[in-house]
Amino acid sequence: MTQPVINEVVTKALVRFTTIPGLDGEAALITLDNGHDHTKPNTLGPGGLASLDAAIDAAIERNPRFIAVTGKPYIFCVGADITVIPQARGREDALETGRLGHRVFKRLKDSQIPTFAFVNGAAMGGGLELALHCHYRTLSTGAAALALPEVSLGLVPGWGGTQLLPNLVGIINAATVILSNPLMMNKMLKPKQAREMGIADELFEAADFLERSLEWAAGVVRGDIAVERPEIDRDSWDGVLEFAKATLDEKLHGAHPAAYKALELLALAKDAPFSTGTAAEDEALADLVFSEELRSGLYSFDLVQRRAKRPAGAPDKGLARDVNKVGIVGAGLMASQLALLFARRLEVPVVLTDLDQARVDKGVGYVHAEVDKQVAKGRMDTGKAAKIKGLVSGSVDKGAFADADFVIEAVFEDLGVKKQVWAELEKIVKPEAVLATNTSSLSVTAMAADLEHPERVVGFHFFNPVAMMPLLEIVRAEKTDDAALATAFAVGKKLKKSCVLVKDAPAFVVNRLLTRFLGEVFAAVDAGTPLEVANAAIDPLGLPMRPLALLQLVGPAVAHHVAETMHTAFPDRYGVSANLGRIVEAGKPGFLTSGGEIDPEVAALLQVGDSPLTSDELRNRALEALAQEIRLMLDEGVVAEAQDIDLCMILGAGWPFHLGGVTPYLDRTGVSEKVTGKRFLPKGAASLPA
Amino acid sequence: MPRTVRDVVFVDGVRTPFGKAGGMYANTRADDLVIRCIRELLRRNPQLPPERVEEVAIAATTQIGDQGLTLGRVAALLAGLPKTTPGYSIDRMCAGAMTAVTTVSSSIAMGALDIAIAGGVEHMGRHPMGEGVDPNPRIIAEKLVDPSALVMGSTAENLHDRLPEITKQRVDAFALASQQKTAKAYANGKLQPDLVPVAVRDPEAGWGLASVDEAPRETSLEKLATLKTPFRPHGRVTAGNAAGLNDGATAAILAAEDVARELGLPVGARLVSYGFVGVEPEIMGYGPVPSTEKALKIAGLTIDDIGLFELNEAFAVQVLAFLDHFGIADDDPRVNPWGGAIAIGHPLASSGIRLMTQLSRQFAERPDVRYGVTAMCIGIGMGGTVIWENPAWEGNK
Repeated sequence: MTQPVINEVVTKALVRFTTIPGLDGEAALITLDNGHDHTKPNTLGPGGLASLDAAIDAAIERNPRFIAVTGKPYIFCVGADITVIPQARGREDALETGRLGHRVFKRLKDSQIPTFAFVNGAAMGGGLELALHCHYRTLSTGAAALALPEVSLGLVPGWGGTQLLPNLVGIINAATVILSNPLMMNKMLKPKQAREMGIADELFEAADFLERSLEWAAGVVRGDIAVERPEIDRDSWDGVLEFAKATLDEKLHGAHPAAYKALELLALAKDAPFSTGTAAEDEALADLVFSEELRSGLYSFDLVQRRAKRPAGAPDKGLARDVNKVGIVGAGLMASQLALLFARRLEVPVVLTDLDQARVDKGVGYVHAEVDKQVAKGRMDTGKAAKIKGLVSGSVDKGAFADADFVIEAVFEDLGVKKQVWAELEKIVKPEAVLATNTSSLSVTAMAADLEHPERVVGFHFFNPVAMMPLLEIVRAEKTDDAALATAFAVGKKLKKSCVLVKDAPAFVVNRLLTRFLGEVFAAVDAGTPLEVANAAIDPLGLPMRPLALLQLVGPAVAHHVAETMHTAFPDRYGVSANLGRIVEAGKPGFLTSGGEIDPEVAALLQVGDSPLTSDELRNRALEALAQEIRLMLDEGVVAEAQDIDLCMILGAGWPFHLGGVTPYLDRTGVSEKVTGKRFLPKGAASLPA
Repeated sequence: MPRTVRDVVFVDGVRTPFGKAGGMYANTRADDLVIRCIRELLRRNPQLPPERVEEVAIAATTQIGDQGLTLGRVAALLAGLPKTTPGYSIDRMCAGAMTAVTTVSSSIAMGALDIAIAGGVEHMGRHPMGEGVDPNPRIIAEKLVDPSALVMGSTAENLHDRLPEITKQRVDAFALASQQKTAKAYANGKLQPDLVPVAVRDPEAGWGLASVDEAPRETSLEKLATLKTPFRPHGRVTAGNAAGLNDGATAAILAAEDVARELGLPVGARLVSYGFVGVEPEIMGYGPVPSTEKALKIAGLTIDDIGLFELNEAFAVQVLAFLDHFGIADDDPRVNPWGGAIAIGHPLASSGIRLMTQLSRQFAERPDVRYGVTAMCIGIGMGGTVIWENPAWEGNK
């Protein structure tokens, strides 16, 4: 048996027998309920599984007409209690976790008495797998989401999901749910989609979901309702998985063991007996539980779920001032995107200013057009759209900022220009109005230096595109006071961004690290490394984008400008690539063609040395550079802890969960110790225990 | 512009099983009970396009919390009716649902709308009688009403005082018969078609399904004789010869008859007339007598024209007062043939529609009967009566 789990919030399986009009005898209804409200969803640990096991016993003993499992309000079950995983003492423990789930769930599949899952609310992971074991499923239109997100963490749906789902909904749908969705920002299914896919036999409205489900189940067991499911196409099975593997290779280059395990298990599901498939799931789970990638995945999950919501070092929330009007200096594309975001999330007046009416009109016009697009896509109702449009206005007179509580500038990235803007603004705005800058690399402290009230200046660094990217680096300048900072955090939270507090240091976190990282790649190119080699050298990490594609996204001019800034700040560590300068000068969008191939015209522009690096050499250099830079940043106090670096890389650069952002990977590969003499995180924190 | 009054029909009615206060609905919201009824009506009558429902009038006595917030409108929205369907709340205590029916019917009759849903709900577990009331001190100071008028059980005792021929033995016998008739109706499947099962959750026991009334019980004259008289020492009113404290909801579709026929909706009963009349609040149970006289007079009928009576059994004594007045025997088979509130329960504002739904089902079984009466007594001294015509009546053939 598994060791008793520390702190398991046990989801009890409550059995109740009930009669249903039109059905002789009684039905056993099992309710999963952990005794908390929906903010603490049902999960299954050893205690919960034991309770379900006992509930099935109690149900079977009365020989009911059917056994149905449902959840507490809004929640069916969101899966295994993942806090259990790090507690496994050895492979045997991990195997047993898998087997226990299989043993209990299988009873619902093998039952002689018909079994039903009434999926009334969110069903994820092991919760959805429980439902898949039942003979029939109904689904509520009110269920928030359905998913098998295991692969995103570094696991596989190992309680039958990989075997049951493809045989219920076909291999294409199963691969979407088990592989593609988890790797695509953990996309989830809405009830309608899940029904269309065939995960549920019936979709009932939330208002009388349980009543309708019971009535339907009674019809099924009476034989009045026949449940028809499409035949599963087995001919395309292998081809689909081959295609899936090719897609994974292109994206992950083998860096994500869980995804490949899931692929193998899906292949097995084609014709292996169920017991063979589930035994393979047990083995896969046990392997993955003792993989570094999973430990990093769990760590990343915790960062995103918890640390991102309680930013380290943020001042007392109570100090935040109300923000009832927002000013935006500039009406260009960035400013317009900010205006839309602020108006939409804060729902307060937002005023854009620029030098002439034409620019102002264009900025406001952009917001209106974006709002109309949202309405056209059905993502915003017309009432909200009218409100947002009404909130955004423009002016050529900065006097419009006089009663603003928060003014953010998005003007040209030049210290002199920005200082001039602030100086002009300070004569207009209230003394306590927060002044924020969206600078990505300039010193916020320097920007505030000549102001009468520098204590109200903060850095507010968004990532592009601002509506999508979840990270916001909030910069505390030398004189920033707690009230201004607290206001900035409060605004960031209302904007639904994950905020990280950073010190006023060049390029803050994400850009500083990405620039250093890319700098090593460009240096290698300058030294004569073939572009193909340089571009593919980082592949084994499974990053979302290759270096040259990233450069293309950022734009060579911006990258070059940031590199120069960083070179000025840290000449020893940040170089300026002459070849990058040539690309900028030639007006090229990067090294690649629009098709993503290396552009021979660009290649011809390059002037390179004769000391090429191998892939391994380049990758090591890049990783060592990162380790060195992160250590320096932590020593300088740019962020509170290594966890904040990782959070920034996950949310700001899209670095993957299986790397834990970056420091767990640097630790596990020994790079941290080699370069800095120590690890970033203690063993066990984001890695296997010692 | 000349107007014609249109015929109004009771299309269909449903109710939740009635629970005991603190019983099976202890963790169920009041609004959810009535929403469930509205949804079931729409489901049972798919010929009725939801957008044709032009009004939702929902009654509740205690319009607080989940029985507040202009329940008719909110319940319509939550039941999934289109946003264009308006709604309102009604309060006439025990005759809430009855008043919802007569009010929307009047709107239909005068042509303001074609189709409406009327309903009522009372969750006496969540909202005990008298919750939040603030009687005007003038009631006492100016001796406008005897203080006992606010305690329904006391008004029933007062009625016994005035009508000494209604003895404890008679009310207990009537109460026993009510239980027996209800048990028999259940056994014969008469009541089940009206019921809308409700999923109920108990945090300790999980989800279950309420599919039958919780209140009916087996009893005997001997047992009934031993019950306490909580409203007066050595009194006559007991928990056995009165309706209990209950939770439940009802709803019904009312329509202009021509529109119902056009849409192919069933016609359960045709509205003939109605009357509400006040009496001394101290003997509120007497109310149905004058209200029935009034409704009969308006309809040009006499009591002898009535073939079926669905009388709300708030207290056995007030039903017997009615029967005595009209010279009807205590065990007349025309009266409450399937039992009444003493057995089934009386979630105050919901009960009126239960009477009408049951009358409409009896009409369908009794083509020999032309007219039926639904009547009930109402707190603060009122009575309400609605007279219905049986659409299945074959007497003119």
